[in-house]
Amino acid sequence: MNGNIWVLASADSVAIATTLILAALGALFTERAGVLNLGIEGILLTSAISSFLAADSSGSIWLGLIVGSLVGALLAGIHAVLSVVLRANQIVAGLALVIFGTGLANFLGKPAEGKTVTTIIKPLSFGPLSDIPLIGPIVFRQDPITYASIVIAIVSSLYLFRSRPGLELRATGDDPATVDAQGLSVASIRIRYTLFGGLLVGLGGSWLMLAQSAAWHQAATTNGVGWIALALVVFAGWRPMRLIFGAILFGFTLQLPFTLQAEQITFIPSALMQMLPYLATLIALIALSRPSTRNKLGAPKSLGIPFVRDER
Amino acid sequence: MTNASHEVAKGPHHASGAAPSALSAHSIVKRFPGVLANDSVDFDVLPGEVHTLLGENGAGKSTLAAMLCGLYQPDSGYITRNGERIALSSPRAGLHHGIAMVHQHFRLVERFTVAENVILGSRDLSYKLNRSELEDKVAAVADSYGLPIEPGATVGELSVGQRQRVEIVKALYQGAEILLLDEPTAVLVPAEVEKLFENVHAMTRAGKSIVFISHKLGEVVEISDRVTVLRNGRVTGHVSGRGAADTKELARLMVGRDIELTTQRASHATGHEVLQIRDLSLTVNGVSVLSDISFNVHAGEMVGIAGVAGNGQRELADTIAGLISPTSGSVAISGSLTTDRGPIHARELGLAYVPEDRLGMGLVPSMSILDNLLLTRDRHIVVDRTTVRPEAARLIEQFEIKANGPDHVARKLSGGNAQKVLLARELSGGRTATKLLVVCSPTRGLDVGAIETVRALLDDARSAGQAILLISEDLDEVMSLSDRIFVLYRGSVVYETPGESAQLSTVGAAMAGLQPEGKS
Repeated sequence: MNGNIWVLASADSVAIATTLILAALGALFTERAGVLNLGIEGILLTSAISSFLAADSSGSIWLGLIVGSLVGALLAGIHAVLSVVLRANQIVAGLALVIFGTGLANFLGKPAEGKTVTTIIKPLSFGPLSDIPLIGPIVFRQDPITYASIVIAIVSSLYLFRSRPGLELRATGDDPATVDAQGLSVASIRIRYTLFGGLLVGLGGSWLMLAQSAAWHQAATTNGVGWIALALVVFAGWRPMRLIFGAILFGFTLQLPFTLQAEQITFIPSALMQMLPYLATLIALIALSRPSTRNKLGAPKSLGIPFVRDER
Repeated sequence: MTNASHEVAKGPHHASGAAPSALSAHSIVKRFPGVLANDSVDFDVLPGEVHTLLGENGAGKSTLAAMLCGLYQPDSGYITRNGERIALSSPRAGLHHGIAMVHQHFRLVERFTVAENVILGSRDLSYKLNRSELEDKVAAVADSYGLPIEPGATVGELSVGQRQRVEIVKALYQGAEILLLDEPTAVLVPAEVEKLFENVHAMTRAGKSIVFISHKLGEVVEISDRVTVLRNGRVTGHVSGRGAADTKELARLMVGRDIELTTQRASHATGHEVLQIRDLSLTVNGVSVLSDISFNVHAGEMVGIAGVAGNGQRELADTIAGLISPTSGSVAISGSLTTDRGPIHARELGLAYVPEDRLGMGLVPSMSILDNLLLTRDRHIVVDRTTVRPEAARLIEQFEIKANGPDHVARKLSGGNAQKVLLARELSGGRTATKLLVVCSPTRGLDVGAIETVRALLDDARSAGQAILLISEDLDEVMSLSDRIFVLYRGSVVYETPGESAQLSTVGAAMAGLQPEGKS
């Protein structure tokens, strides 16, 4: 067994986890406000191609990240209008967003199919620290967005559980009528966090494009990461700290088929391995559909339910 | 709370009539589509007094309260606070002026602690929250009014009475000078009502004004310094002075005519056993919902099941109706087992079921009265409306249902009329003549006039020899109608008593889970 491959694999897991953390955090903020946005996959794809086009035409990676994030917020804005303002069925609206986002990305990506970004986001180097065996490549040879995603997750946790607006956010997802009675606007809170969630998802999509893939391939770029992110939120019990570890675990599973192949371990078919994350997603969605499990997992009580002030 | 403090509270709080009222509404008019909810209503409350808004459901009292706290805006008229005109554009504006509403359905986040719930929405807090500091702050406010609460407890684990106290503390924490209590006793057992009244007195002593909204005459007479009666959106009467109000007079002002709500009990001897329940237990998801329930209901007898909502009443009714299979034990109607045989079988044995959820389980809202009747009639492949139509017309007349005939859509009926349609269908029998009637909260949400009719209908059914199981959270209803009363607490029958000798306090204690002396 080649130990080096496993170190690289672990380093890769952390890297793959970046998109998962950002996308799942985006979903988490949205869901904590009580809005279920199943359109994450569509947002990821569209923001990925947008960031690619922006970075490609301007030559600036940072502009690519900014454009990709804003496009993410924009698409989430469609979901916010449909589900919060028009009170549409959120599952239908979310699925529509996936189809719309995929189609839009396909359309925008036509001229770019197979093209490569000239400059990609590079890992930072911490000098000697990055050369520590084992720990070096895993902890000290990642790119700035990867570090940022973990910092964002930690700050999110503090925000949710230790701050006044965090308290109001959680209350909105659990019991919007209570928030309404306090004179706070449920719609405004929900729209704001849906947009913010979209921004984070967009950042995740852009990073996936500009640091991981480097080349645009409609079918291969996101690979269903958006769906896994949704499952991750469930498994993390809507808590950002747990989400970090979950994302790394999922990241490890996602890259495992490649490592096993490199190790020439073939007794487990790689197709089966590739299926695992999606199986996890399926389980998460089944868990979400049962009210009792939902409650035990800590799902926001009004998740997916439009708020209407009841008229006596 | 001691008796002494109770006495002090009974004294007059407003020494001179010249004191400016804390909050007044002047000629308020509010329209909803098709309804004039408030028709130039005047109302005012002084510092330190309890002023009650009394009226039936739909009389406009909740609408008025909603305008007083900023939830709705009046179409015309205005509101003054300490004599100055104010605009209440939102509940936040209401809080700003020191006006807070304690809603009938609590506005509390169950997963949050008491302290978190109390501070939710407060703007004067720093961005960062310090848990223990907050809890101390909340406890200090609660203590200053003698309201015992535990700031660190999770609200989901508190009793209804405790939750209500949290709501009150929340209002006080936000600096409320005027508290609007919307039907605060509707969800409480008698012992909790007493505690609430003590809390109300503690607040009025501190100079707070209380607007008490209710339709229960007895408690209104007990708590109020003044009473304003509303009917159809208009003020129909005004009574000042504690204890000056007379129940009969208030009832007349409320309804517009004399009413008699107390119904007689069955005078004749009861017949054979129609419903037999033996050792009935039900476990759902590992939680015991019903345990070891056994009782009979005889022909011509009404058995009442009292209890606070959620103690297994609904499951008991559904099990008898054959909708749920019990974990163990049996249900029999006229000697035939119905356990595990489904609802149709139970109905064929003469069961009629009036569920609590009228328009969800009882009637199909989008269908006409006629089609709703057809649901329990003979079933053929082709729907046969012509033979049932005359019967529908007859039932509409007999039950005094306000509808434009058999084709009136159920959804468009008022609550009282929908309930009458449901009762008409169930009492008139389907394929089999009704022998056993299971009714759940039959008068919930109805106005006094409709309550009177529905109770009379139940009484007639009993006189006609039907066995009736009345499951209701309205203790007064159970007490005034039932021949025998069982109290359900956490899925067990904890107390039973004959209807005529039932004591409100004992039954109430049993509902709260306290062991009454009556039972070993």
